[in-house]
Amino acid sequence: MNQTQAFHHRIDAALHNDQLRHNFRAALTGIMARRAEQFPDDGQLQALREQARQVRANSLVGQPDLLERLEEKLIANGIQVHWAESPEQANAIIQEILAAAAAKTVVKGKSMVSEETGLNDYLERHGIEVIESDLGEYIIQLAKEPPSHIVAPAIHKNRREVAELFRQFHPEIPYTEDIDELTQSARAILRGKFANADAGISGVNFAVAETGTLCLVENEGNGRLSTTAPRLHIAITGVEKVVEKLSDVPPLLEILTKSATGQPITTYFNMISRPRQPGELDGPEAVHLVLLDNGRSRIRIDEELLETLRCIRCGACINHCPVYVQLGGHAYGTVYPGPIGLALEPQRIGLDKAGTLTSACTLCGACGEVCPVKIPLPKLINRLRAESVQAHHSTTPLAGRGSLRKPGEAAVWRLWQQLNSHPRLYRLFTLAATRLRWLTPGRLGGWTRYRSAPRPAARSLRELARREGFADE
Amino acid sequence: MNDARQNILSRLRANRVQATTVPAVYAKPLGWDHERRIAEFTRCMQAVRGEVHRIARSDWVDWINREMSARGLRQPLVGRSTIAEQFAAGAAAGFKLTRYDRPIEAWKTDLFEQIDFSVTGTVAGLAETGTLVLWPDTDEPRLMSLVPPLHIAILEADRLYENFPALIQAQDWASGMPTNALLISGPSKTADIEQTLAFGIHGPKALITLIVE
Repeated sequence: MNQTQAFHHRIDAALHNDQLRHNFRAALTGIMARRAEQFPDDGQLQALREQARQVRANSLVGQPDLLERLEEKLIANGIQVHWAESPEQANAIIQEILAAAAAKTVVKGKSMVSEETGLNDYLERHGIEVIESDLGEYIIQLAKEPPSHIVAPAIHKNRREVAELFRQFHPEIPYTEDIDELTQSARAILRGKFANADAGISGVNFAVAETGTLCLVENEGNGRLSTTAPRLHIAITGVEKVVEKLSDVPPLLEILTKSATGQPITTYFNMISRPRQPGELDGPEAVHLVLLDNGRSRIRIDEELLETLRCIRCGACINHCPVYVQLGGHAYGTVYPGPIGLALEPQRIGLDKAGTLTSACTLCGACGEVCPVKIPLPKLINRLRAESVQAHHSTTPLAGRGSLRKPGEAAVWRLWQQLNSHPRLYRLFTLAATRLRWLTPGRLGGWTRYRSAPRPAARSLRELARREGFADE
Repeated sequence: MNDARQNILSRLRANRVQATTVPAVYAKPLGWDHERRIAEFTRCMQAVRGEVHRIARSDWVDWINREMSARGLRQPLVGRSTIAEQFAAGAAAGFKLTRYDRPIEAWKTDLFEQIDFSVTGTVAGLAETGTLVLWPDTDEPRLMSLVPPLHIAILEADRLYENFPALIQAQDWASGMPTNALLISGPSKTADIEQTLAFGIHGPKALITLIVE
């Protein structure tokens, strides 16, 4: 099965799952309303978006230098820095750090980058117990499913499905479908894990080069627990997350939380600059940062494609996408779903592997309007569609460029081009189409499954105009 | 591993992108006076179920004695700070006071299971978002504001800044960050099940701010 057929299979399954579609519609409608409430003044919103765009654009321009400054500063602060080009390298680095510390159990804060590397599976194969501690991540870990949303990973499950999972894995807890009670059950289950874990693994929202600071945004406290209670903390992040100055952080934090969940700020903003210092009584004795590339450094081909990397992973584009709300996140089959996934994944893993994703877009423009760092998502998606069917090799080293080109489709468009650029040929064609309209087939594959087949009019517009007395067209 | 570093950096450098506008330092002056800051802080904190009380500087220990006893909470945790000394000096006789005075490894289980509430100071508050700012240190360790089910934070009224950009500018944070700096805006919460808000997931289930002046 090629990537397009596989994608269509997943789409078909998602569209026939009414419960799933109901869950997404219900959750996303609420999130969109809460975001809108945070931005009552459009002028202020646009000014903040422009500020955030500039901060992220500036950090991408200076990225190699900033990464070196970040590394220097982190090392000076006592945080060890590791570089990984691939998921395999990142996983091996983390496993070696854990092995060297004889760490057997790990609590994890939410990290999409660790989803890219398949870290949990890798560590479990090496005999390490990994517990996801974010409530949503914990739920999908029990269900053995990947996240369906980058901010709300269990958004596809309703309370009954969660209750069922808890009954299955924790039969000792009385069955409940009450969300407050389910939350308290999770608290009780996971507290023991936090108290006994040997190591904590987290992501990073912003890494500040100026001060050597790792910033984490969260509501639950699991991120703080994972990075404070165990004796070892390993953070993993993509190389694009670096920002230059500490003063770059406040505008990003403000627009991130407002865009992501419609909160003026999250419960916790955790800024980590050092491991435990002499005299301090808690916090990890060692802190490591793994900087993962995994295709990102290739996304600097030109200014337009680079804009993809401004993303701060708020998920607003996903929440506002009319296609995502129908399909849910799993149908995309990639780590990052929705509009940002359409733009990022084909570039990161190649058009030959994920280029077909770009068809899951109506080009309605909603994602581009809400993006807090003004990534022109519709433009990028359209560009990648074009790149995926390009005929000629150019200097653009986009992996898998032209891989979705179909000779038949290309021939049809060439014919269309000929017809529309040669008036005589065009007239001949319309004459044939109108006079032979009865020959139009009644069945046109997928198009006529739910629609009647289009049929040319009896007379072309040009003929009608002539008849009405227009001298010249 | 060094190869990875070199490869990544040279790929990044191979595709130089044009310089862009260097962003101005973000500022959002609101022009709020002392009373307005307290009012906004209180409003935001209460919106996420944080409790806020204004109290005379001489009264906060008594307030805790009275309120916590009324709620049946008797096992407070304090550190070794000035706040801790003040509280220890006036704490109700019925309390079983615990001091955070040894490394976490020595008493992790007790911290997770035996404490009813903690009392800490704060370095600042942010009015616009209803936020407490903590710089945990040797005298007030990081887990104090996280593990106990209830956290009581003492906030000096004149340390309320308008917002985060104003704070890091005024206190020049860029010149030296602590091991850990925290912004705390309410008790721990989640909306991971059906996007429905539920409080008290992993951190404190309740947060009380005592604004003293």
